[in-house]
Amino acid sequence: MSEKEIDDISGVETTGHEWDGIKELNNPLPRWWINTFYITILWAIGYMILYPAWPLVSDYTRGYLGYSSRAELSQSMSEAQVGQAVYLDQIRDASLDEILASNELRQFAMAGGRSAFLVNCSTCHGSGAQGAPGYPNLNDDDWIWGGTLDDIYLTIRHGVRFTDDWDTRDSAMPAFGRDGILGRGEIVEIAAFVRSMAGLDIDPALAARGAEGFADNCAACHGESGEGLRDLGAPALADAIWFYSSDADAIAAQISNPKHGVMPAWGARLDDGIIKQLTVYIHSLGGGE
Amino acid sequence: MGTIAFYIVTVFAGVLAVIGAALAHDPLFSIHAGIFALACLITVFIGIRRHNFDGANAPDTKYLDGVIRAGVIATMFWGVVGFLVGVVIASQLTFPVLNLDLEWTSFGRLRPLHTSAVIFAFGGNALICTSFYVVQRTSGARLALGNTAWFVFWGYQLFIVLAATGYVLGVTQSKEYAEPEWYVDLWLTIVWVAYLAVFLMTLVRRKEPHIYVANWFYLSFIVTVAMLHVINNLAIPVSLLGSKSYIVWAGVQDALTQWWYGHNAVGFFLTAGFLGMMYYFLPKRAERPVYSYRLSIIHFWALIFLYIWAGPHHLHYTALPDWAQTLGMTFSIMLWMPSWGGMINGLMTLSGAWDKLRTDPVLRMMVLSIAFYGMSTFEGPVMAIKAVNALSHYTDWTIGHVHSGALGWVGMISLATMYHLVPRLWGRTELYSNKMVSWHFWLATLGIVLYAAAMWVSGIMQGLMWREYDEQGFLVYSFAETVAAMKPFYMIRMFGGLLFLLGALIMVYNLWRTVRGDTRSEAGMPVPAQA
Repeated sequence: MSEKEIDDISGVETTGHEWDGIKELNNPLPRWWINTFYITILWAIGYMILYPAWPLVSDYTRGYLGYSSRAELSQSMSEAQVGQAVYLDQIRDASLDEILASNELRQFAMAGGRSAFLVNCSTCHGSGAQGAPGYPNLNDDDWIWGGTLDDIYLTIRHGVRFTDDWDTRDSAMPAFGRDGILGRGEIVEIAAFVRSMAGLDIDPALAARGAEGFADNCAACHGESGEGLRDLGAPALADAIWFYSSDADAIAAQISNPKHGVMPAWGARLDDGIIKQLTVYIHSLGGGE
Repeated sequence: MGTIAFYIVTVFAGVLAVIGAALAHDPLFSIHAGIFALACLITVFIGIRRHNFDGANAPDTKYLDGVIRAGVIATMFWGVVGFLVGVVIASQLTFPVLNLDLEWTSFGRLRPLHTSAVIFAFGGNALICTSFYVVQRTSGARLALGNTAWFVFWGYQLFIVLAATGYVLGVTQSKEYAEPEWYVDLWLTIVWVAYLAVFLMTLVRRKEPHIYVANWFYLSFIVTVAMLHVINNLAIPVSLLGSKSYIVWAGVQDALTQWWYGHNAVGFFLTAGFLGMMYYFLPKRAERPVYSYRLSIIHFWALIFLYIWAGPHHLHYTALPDWAQTLGMTFSIMLWMPSWGGMINGLMTLSGAWDKLRTDPVLRMMVLSIAFYGMSTFEGPVMAIKAVNALSHYTDWTIGHVHSGALGWVGMISLATMYHLVPRLWGRTELYSNKMVSWHFWLATLGIVLYAAAMWVSGIMQGLMWREYDEQGFLVYSFAETVAAMKPFYMIRMFGGLLFLLGALIMVYNLWRTVRGDTRSEAGMPVPAQA
């Protein structure tokens, strides 16, 4: 231990301690530091008086303001709900056509539908409803299950191949390859024919050989000229819009062992008023009928 | 006798681990028991080969420095690993394809690998080895309890390996910063108690009448982390031969315990421990006395008393009762000045030595770290205010805040300290290259600034987008839209992290050449003014 001494540079006395050559100056606490510390303590005490702060045996100090975050939340939620309730009630009572006919209701349904779409639907269909492979684009008029207000409403409410809902839209394309209905060569020919119907580049001779197979096996659902059949959810094939892929191998794979998309039935999850708003919003995107 | 007993216990533990591996209920537990058995085997093997059976083990020098040299190497190794994994997961957030569609390389598993590698492996090794260095020199005593310090070192590395392999393989109890399962927690407890014993017994043997301030901070770090670790990880294993366990706390009690732990890991691991580092190495480097003894006492006690209450600010606007939220917030505000006490004492210690910043890039790094310490200990209380937290919580702002503390404060003070230690521990007069330190300084500084700034912008934007309502009361943005909006900032963050990693790699090269005893002839470095 060394003696107290005066530090040359600062002119301040040291404490007289020394460890491995390190000494300490005996400077006082900086005034601004200790004063700011006191201010934060006073502020904290004030806050604790105003707000719930200290636990007691079976309760807690409630605070002068009687604040509660739960009460605050339910108040701001109910304010928002009161503002929307007028429109929501009308929408619940109105038919889809009536909503579309009323400027006020349509505008509200569009805003609410967009918001509900972003929260619930955009995960699969994309933020701009542009779809993704296996998830239909909702901006076009190439509807699988129909594009009228009632069709869209039904699809949203009951879903597609959603087994928990008895009224769900349901259909299944046979697995022509897996179940041995068609041979591999026939499937490749039919896939070529499907491409030719859509005007895509393909060996014409190969496609021609698939015409008969298509007529026998596919036309019943997808139509003689590939126009599709909405009652069965059979997509139109003779256009430029593809559900999975326009690649010849992918078409053959779908014929051989088809994938079947599923969409949840939103009727059990969302309020009917919101499903109506979603219907109006999706109907407006470009393909509504 | 003690050594023989240690090897007998090790052999016994190794045999138990082999039995555990064979009888395990799940393959993951089997792998971990196997790693543990292997570690026991290596320990015994090396021990027998090295052991001097004559019993004439004369102490080589005054201080036990071998374990500190090992600690410096481990610090740098885990540091580079941690920074690298950080860059990888930052890239995964920018380009999800880099998850590689494999469970072992997915973000969810690599993220705890990153956080544990930098906090516990890099930071922990830095704290353990510097505390051993500081406590010996400020006590004038060799580390107590013989080679127990070596057990602490290797035991801690084993903990890191068990934790890290667990994350990648999917062993987790899903508590942030406390992911390792029950048996790894038990192992860490044993190692940590040994660490506490070595540190305390060395203090008891001290030649100095008083305990130096750095050691108060180190001791508070060791004691509090032990308490936090044990209480937060209280769990009941499903089987003594399986990796799964259930935490004894449930619901909101578990959440509060977790954030009491999580916040005080920040407070006592990342703040108090590194303040201990600063209190020794800064005055040493600046060759100036500590500014105020009184300030160091007051801010030490204020800091450790107030910090322990602040955890609930991680749970604002949740199921946590309002009164607990109030306490978390008000104690965070009161914590502001006690935190800044360390900054003031650090910066004011430099008075009379500011000219050294021109010539000593290592000291410059220390000053930068204190500046970031001050910045993030101000930002913390601000973010703990409920109104601010309502915007900042769950956003990237939090990530930015953590990294200005972790990269700026913890990273810079540790790396500067390693630069200071290596020439001294390996008996070299100076570093291989001061210019490379300068390059490291600027790369790291730029990296941190880019990182923090990108996260501020993206975090605040994210928070504002989440709460944006239109005039009819409907949410304006989908979650996916907020994610898309953050992409450019994720790229900037990734780049910032890359710069920080690059600086660390330059450092590793510089230190390696220093250890080899090389010096680089450098023109153009400023030289100290002659008095």
